[in-house]
Formats: sequence, C-alpha cells, structure tokens
Amino acid sequence: MSGLRIGIDVGGTNTDAVLVDDSDAVLAAVKTPTTPDPFDGVQSVISQLLDGVDKASVSQAMLGTTHPANAIIERRGLGSVGVLRAAAPSSLAVRPGASWPADLHANVIGPSAIVGGGFEFDGTEIARLDDDAIKAFGAECVAQNVSAIAVASAFAPINNEHELRAVELLRAEVGPDLPISMSHQVGSIGLLQRENATVLNASLLGVARGVVEGFRAALASHGLDVDAYLAQNDGTLMAAEEALDFPIMTLGSGLTNSMRGACALAGLTDAVVVDVGGTSADTGILVGGFPRESGADVEIGGVRTNFRMPDLVSIGLGGGSIVRPAGGSLSVGPESVGYRVTSEALVTGGRTLTLSDVSVAAGRLVGFGDASLVADLDPAVVKAALEWVDAQFVQMADRIKASGSKLPLIAVGGGSHLVPDTLAGVSEVVRPSHHAVANAFGASIAEASGSVDRIYRFEARGRETCIDEAKQIAVDGAIRAGADPTRVRISSVSEIPLSYLPGRSCRVQVKAAGPLLA
Amino acid sequence: MRLLTDEDIEHLTLGATLLGTGGGGDPYVARLMVHQAVEDFGRVRLVDVAELPSNGLVLTVAMIGAPTVVIEKIPSGPELIGAITALAEHIGREPVAVMPIEVGGLNTLMPLAVAAELGLPVVDADGMRRAFPQLEMTVFTLAGIPASPICIADEKGNQIVFSATDNSTAERLVRGSVVTLGMSTAISSYAMSVEEVAAHAINGSVTYCMEIGRRLARIQSGAAGAFEDLLEFTGGRRLFAGKVIDLVRETTAGFARGTLVLEHLDDPQRTLRVEIQNELLVAFEDGRPVITPPDLICILDHENAQTLTTETLAYGQRLDVLALPCAPEWQQPGLLELVGPRAFGYEVDYVQIGGVEA
Repeated sequence: MSGLRIGIDVGGTNTDAVLVDDSDAVLAAVKTPTTPDPFDGVQSVISQLLDGVDKASVSQAMLGTTHPANAIIERRGLGSVGVLRAAAPSSLAVRPGASWPADLHANVIGPSAIVGGGFEFDGTEIARLDDDAIKAFGAECVAQNVSAIAVASAFAPINNEHELRAVELLRAEVGPDLPISMSHQVGSIGLLQRENATVLNASLLGVARGVVEGFRAALASHGLDVDAYLAQNDGTLMAAEEALDFPIMTLGSGLTNSMRGACALAGLTDAVVVDVGGTSADTGILVGGFPRESGADVEIGGVRTNFRMPDLVSIGLGGGSIVRPAGGSLSVGPESVGYRVTSEALVTGGRTLTLSDVSVAAGRLVGFGDASLVADLDPAVVKAALEWVDAQFVQMADRIKASGSKLPLIAVGGGSHLVPDTLAGVSEVVRPSHHAVANAFGASIAEASGSVDRIYRFEARGRETCIDEAKQIAVDGAIRAGADPTRVRISSVSEIPLSYLPGRSCRVQVKAAGPLLA
Repeated sequence: MRLLTDEDIEHLTLGATLLGTGGGGDPYVARLMVHQAVEDFGRVRLVDVAELPSNGLVLTVAMIGAPTVVIEKIPSGPELIGAITALAEHIGREPVAVMPIEVGGLNTLMPLAVAAELGLPVVDADGMRRAFPQLEMTVFTLAGIPASPICIADEKGNQIVFSATDNSTAERLVRGSVVTLGMSTAISSYAMSVEEVAAHAINGSVTYCMEIGRRLARIQSGAAGAFEDLLEFTGGRRLFAGKVIDLVRETTAGFARGTLVLEHLDDPQRTLRVEIQNELLVAFEDGRPVITPPDLICILDHENAQTLTTETLAYGQRLDVLALPCAPEWQQPGLLELVGPRAFGYEVDYVQIGGVEA
C-alpha cells in the first residue's frame, strides 16, 4: 500500500491524528491530551498511528496547529518588527501600529517609517519610491536589531512593484538573512488591516520556525520521509517550507479543519455543520467543501486585520446546559456544568438537571449514566426542554444557511446526541463516524489553493474577460501550490460593486483549490 | 463648550455608522485619524454655535472620493488642512470653527482631526444629519446657501479652488476633479457666517450622533430597555425584523445599486424590499413604500445590534430595520426635489415613516 497520509491537529486541549489512504478512508485514529511541549504529543500520536504500518507507504503529513494563534494571544515568542510603509505623501494621518493593544505594540512594533511610494486606485504612482529613505530605514532596523521587517504599500494588491523594489533596497542594507514580509502576499484591500496582518506575520516567523522544525523532527524521528504541509485558515494547505514565511495563514485553521473534516467524513460538500459541546453549540456552513467566510474584519489579539474566518453562529446549548423548570414554563442555559457533566448530571449521580439528563430520559442519549435516575422526571419538562432545543437548532441552521433550499445537517461533538433525527428546513441529519477526530481528518484532506482579490473596471474590458482572468490567476496559484492541474476547480467567486469609482469598478475575489498531486 | 473624551469619540463613531444609513464610508479610519491628531495636537473642543462670534467664518471639511479607496490610500492630514486653509485664503478670512458637512459615515469625524491640528473648535452642526451621496444634498442648498467657493485638495499639494453657478453643478465639477486626483481627496465648501450656521444648519447634530452612539453601545452590551431608549430619543420605529432572502448588487454610473429583500421573522407572508444606491434609500413593504428619503433606513444585526453597511449585507442575515425621521430642518420648500424619492429616480411619493401619505 502507498499514498497514505497523516493528518494531525494540535488543539488547546487535545492532539488528534488520523491515518488515511488515497481514497480518504480512515485507517487509524488517535486522540491524546495536548502536551506542554506540543511536539511530545505529536511524537506520541504518530507512533500510535504507525503501529504496524509500513512507513514507506506514508507520503504526506499535514499539521493543523494553534501555536501561532496562542503566541499572539499570550504575547509569547513574538519578534520585534520594523514596519516600512510606502504610501507617502498619503496615509500620514494614521501611523503603523495605530490602535494596537499597548502590550502587543510594545512587544512587536519596532522602528517604523512612512516613505514615498505606493499606487493610486488606477495603478499610477502616488509618488516615486523613496530609495534613500528606505536605505536609511534598513540601517535603522539593523541598529535596533529587529527580528524581521514588514513592508506595505498603498494598493499593493493591485500593483506590488514598490513592495518588491523596497525589499531589494532593504536587502542591500540588512543582508540576506533578515526575514521580510510583504503585504501583497499576506492580505487584501484595506491598507491598515493588511499592514497589521503583515506585521503580525513577521513577528511570528520565529514561532513558525519552531513549529516547522518540531514537525519535521517528529516526522524524522519516526523515519518518515514525507512531504510536510501546514493547514491554513481557509481549509487549504501550504508546504511546510512556505509556512516558514506565512505563519499568519495558519490562524483559525482548527475551526476550518473541524468543519471540513466533519463534512468529508459524512461524504458531503454542501452542508450545515453543528458542533455541540458541553456548553455551547457552533454552527457553520460549507459550500463546495469550504466554510463560508464571515464578512466582518477579524481581530487577532486585539488587532484589526482583513483576514476572513468561517462564519459561525454560536449559542449557549450543550450537553451540560442547566435546565430549570419553573412552574408551567422552563429555561435552559446558558449556564452549564461543562465538562463536569460526567459527575454533576442526574444520570451520573449528580444533582443538576442538565440537557444530557433530558436527552437520556427521551432516549436520544443511550449509554450515558444510569437512565433509572431520571425515570421519574416530569415528561412535560422533558418535552418542553426538547422543544426548546429543537427550535434552537432549527433557528441556527436557518440563520447560517446560504439559500432557502434544504441542506443536510452534520451533527458532531460530545453533545450532538441533542440534535434530533429530523429538523424543519434540513434535508437529513447525518452523524459521521470518526467525528471525534474531525479536525485531524480535515487537515489530512486539505487541498492546495490559489486566490486573487482585485479591483477590475468592467467597462474597459467587459465583465466576462475580467472574471475569466481572475479565475485563471487563482487556478495558476493553486497549481503552483501543488494542486493536481487536472483536478483544480474554482471554489468561490465574489463580486462586490464599488461606489463612486468610475468604469463599473468591481472588487473580484476568486479562490481555486484542488487535491495535492500524489 | 465640551472637550471631547475618547469615550465621546467612540460613541460618535458608533453613532456615525448608524447615521451612515448603510453607506457614508466606514468611520474606523476616521477614528484612527482623530486618535492620532488628538495624541499629536491635543483634545478637540465641540462648541455650540451660540458660543462663536456671530460674524465669524465657518468652513465645512470632508473627505470625498470612494470609500474603498479611502481604506487603501489613507488620508494624510495635509489634504484636509490644505483644503480648508486654501479656501480661507481665497475668501480672505480665517475661520473661527470647522463644521462637518454630513454627520453620518466617516465624514462625521474628519473635521475633528482637522480641528485638533488647527486648534479650532468643531461647531455642533451639519448640513444633513445622515449620509447622502452628493454635495448639494444639504439643508444649506434649501436655504439658498452656495457650496461655492470650493477647494478640493489632495495629499500631494494639488489644490483646486473654484466656483460653480449652483450646487448641483458644483457636485458635477467636484466628481470630475476627484477622479483625476485619485478618489481620496479633501473638500472644503459651504463657507458660512456663524449667523448663517445658527439660522440654517442642523444644530446639535454632532451631539445627537454621540447620543445615538451612547445608546447603541448600551444596546450592544445588552442593557435592558436600551432599544426603546434609542427609539424614543430618535423618534424612530423598529419597522421590520426579517431575514435576508434576496440580495442583488450592480454598479451603474458610479453608484453601487442594489436590492435587498427581507422576509419577516414571525410572519413569512410579509416582505420588505430595500432599494440601495450607496446608501439604503427606499423601503417597500409588500410593494407599498414605508420609508422614503430623506428619512433614514438603518439596519442592525438582529442578534448583536451591530450596524451593517450595504457592503457587509449577506444572504441569510437576520436584521432589524429601523426607520429614523430626518432632521426637522429638512422640512422646508424644495425638500422633495432635492432629496425626495424622485430625486433618486424612484417613482413614488414621499411617505411618512410606516407608509402614511404625507
């Protein structure tokens, strides 16, 4: 057997891993608590997975990790970054690092400068790139011993020439080894948000090196000679080599992997996914195998970026949610006994009426605790609680759905027994096997992708020509990232008309993805 | 006189998103500019028109261009300062205060950044108390006050000072210049005496916006009775709570047009259609107009009361549609020709909020 893949997800609580074959069937699944040095846990899951497996048959390994996200949240291991913005004389009214939380600013933002350069919306120069100022800034970065530099220029997503040239000039000053992140490779329209993301990315480069080296060491220690990949937040992969340069792309990958994994385990590409835990239920939606993204700007560690995260609807409903009968009416949650459900629920001999008890009494949950302990629970209470639960799920599914049509609903998570077998507005309820390791499975099936986010003037060249060009750029990007050229497909197209701009201007975002070349 | 605090500026930003009626540009960049200006030059004074010398000169200042460009080509300061100082030079007098032209969207806050740097107060007044897409759509036009002379300035030092024969011609001349200068330019216009501001502007509108923001913040934090408080304060109504079942967008002649259709959350038979032209302009319930300009259509997320712009609308969102009455200063002859539904190309009459014939 050959073409096996290992998918690993290092979460805050658990480290999951799966071994899958070339038809995406799960051959083995492992779950262990995440260790203080996360790569101890990774080592351990790999050795459990590979027990009795021919190592030569494994060809690829994918890792999803919360390392970079935690580094930002905990202000740990972040590098000091020199920030160069090429946009003057525009943009002077908002300096780099504006509105960052003070502690993160102090940790990350080193010297900064706004120098002449950047482009107008139509691609002409705002100003000539100020070579001398850039050289001086490079010298300043060396003097202040920064660990990386971030470069952003106005309208770089439309024209990246000034960013490329600035990096060339900086190189001459700082030498070949100091890492430099460029905004056009990191974010989309919105200079300040893109600059923020680029600075965060640059500050994470040290953390990224640790992750990639740790992952490679873990693979090597098992004698695995495989292609290594990291999962990105949009549900696609980048080569470990590339992750060294773009760690910010991994933020939020856990959530995406969980949703994609659940969906693929169910054999579906378009579905609503409901993940019910002990305290809350999260609902997302997959369209064409990818989570629909939220329209709002995402804050990372208190910093506004223009990253997109999966659109989610969350409510306080879980297996541990506390049920309070009150006369004829009843209230549920949002308070929950959480993970203590195994000792505090009535069926486990505890003293709190929870939704798990209701679920046992109604027969939805079997094999948890002692059903006789809820035998005398008032049927009216059970009925009312379940009616509330069902109404919540109907409403969540309804809110997240992208169209009026019925979709299947995939129920995962420890509290998923609460999801009834039929729901209004849902074509069927699916409970996939192996859903406990949906994250790792999601990483193992992730694909290579390419994307484009540009402003086009439809009037000049026609809408069709512009959209076709954007699609081609996305497809080429996916193939460069390792996708099988014969299986690349367009996974999303969005057009947003722009007010006041001449020539029927439209922001066009296209993504393409395809499975890795085996 | 009121020395504006950080909290005041937060509330003003929040209120500006609501009064932007879905357009007007994201006030986020403007808020960052104001923070930096306050850090560099000190806090901003908000004054009542009665506190200013009656023969003093007041100038409006704003950014004009395209919201998408403003978030990429961030304003610099010199274009705003340049527009106002060049216009003052042309007129031959120094201003005693700056004024927002529109309180709604990002231009609510732009005058604050200028005021901090120039050490001038901001007068608590404006010409719209909402966002409108065109320069002539002000109560000043109704009062016969010319927008001219006008100065358009960019960050490079290019400045155009000109006069137009009337305010709608001024709008056309301005648009042409703005495209040439890169779609993110400053404009100073509607030079007025303090006396004229007192007589013809919408006085108190900055405070009004701040008070809306204060109430929105309370709604978003889940305070009891906060929603009712906002409606009482504005005289507005929660007209519809619905789910987006259709959303069409297109660009024509520089305007982002679109149509939004909501199905009522409790009664699927009821639908609300909202027509979009940069801002949310007209709402029809079952084909019957229920909100028409210049009254305001404001859309909030049904769950968390976040204000939505037309660009962040999406299928499936659950929304509350609020109708707020326009500022009473709009009620004067010429209103409907300037900013009524037909001025935007809708063949319907102005109706009072809820659909009662005016």
